[in-house]
Amino acid sequence: MAFVNLKNKLIQVKIVYYGPGRGGKTTNLEYINRKFQHRINSEMVTVKTHGDRTLFFDFLPFDVGLVNGYQIKIQLYTVPGQVKYDATRRLVLRGVDGIVFVADGMVVRRDTNIQSLRNLQENLASYKKNLRTLPWVLQYNKMDLREQGIPMMPIEMLEQDLNLEFRRPYFPASALEGTNVVATLKKIITLTIASIREELF
Amino acid sequence: MSYTLDQKQLDKIEDVLKSELIDNGVRCVFLIDMAGNIITNLDNGEKQHDIYSLAALAAGNFGAVSAMAKIIGENEFSLLFHKGKKENIHFNKISSEFLLITIFGNEISLGFLRMKVAESVEHLKGLLEPLSREHL
Repeated sequence: MAFVNLKNKLIQVKIVYYGPGRGGKTTNLEYINRKFQHRINSEMVTVKTHGDRTLFFDFLPFDVGLVNGYQIKIQLYTVPGQVKYDATRRLVLRGVDGIVFVADGMVVRRDTNIQSLRNLQENLASYKKNLRTLPWVLQYNKMDLREQGIPMMPIEMLEQDLNLEFRRPYFPASALEGTNVVATLKKIITLTIASIREELF
Repeated sequence: MSYTLDQKQLDKIEDVLKSELIDNGVRCVFLIDMAGNIITNLDNGEKQHDIYSLAALAAGNFGAVSAMAKIIGENEFSLLFHKGKKENIHFNKISSEFLLITIFGNEISLGFLRMKVAESVEHLKGLLEPLSREHL
């Protein structure tokens, strides 16, 4: 639910990184925070457990400059991926404008990816939103592990499992090394702003 | 989906926040929506806070406390108050979509603040009504 401030010519947009636990959502934000430090005026907010897992969310505000004369402020959030934190995930999704679904590319995580996407659909439904109309992209993360001999899912299989009915843009990535992190971000920002622009202008 | 407030609407909201709260000694006040967006913010010029982070955490915090309320059989807790040594923070729900947050020092009593916040909320309800649920 983007908010348009006509007085200050400012649009605030909420983008949420969603996906299974330990899939790399926080690592995406950490990379963006390092890479674009000059555009980020504040500290990244993280609410973590003692075990360094996301407990509530991570938050990173990000300025993308002017679009149609409006300053765009992107608010990036992650959700906690662990199954037990479903109420928190639903809370963070409130007012979401765009989503990055971060799937874990490891073979052993196949089912958790599918469950997490299903969970996303259920939680969006509670806000009367769905993946057919909302701007979203997929990121197939941890692709760097292939070189270490860890069994990884082929992209075709990930596509089959998660993106067959949606046909959304997807990015094989390594959040740890930064591969395609920025490409994913750029894509979701472009799609989300286009959707808001269509509605407003 | 998005919603918009124009200059006139925002000026009216800011007038209320300034005359009821800032002019009565509140250090910082901001109006946010439950998604964590900042509608408007004012301060007395003494201290600058990282308001975007504060708004994100405040919306999340309020949502979490509302979920706690439901677990114990309450429909909601409509206000929250956190006390610090020098700074205090007070949250008051305006409607299902908006939240008013004030930061104030020990020179104002909580009772006086609550009275002023309650008066502001009544004004703000009227101003925010055009953004009815169907728009949000």
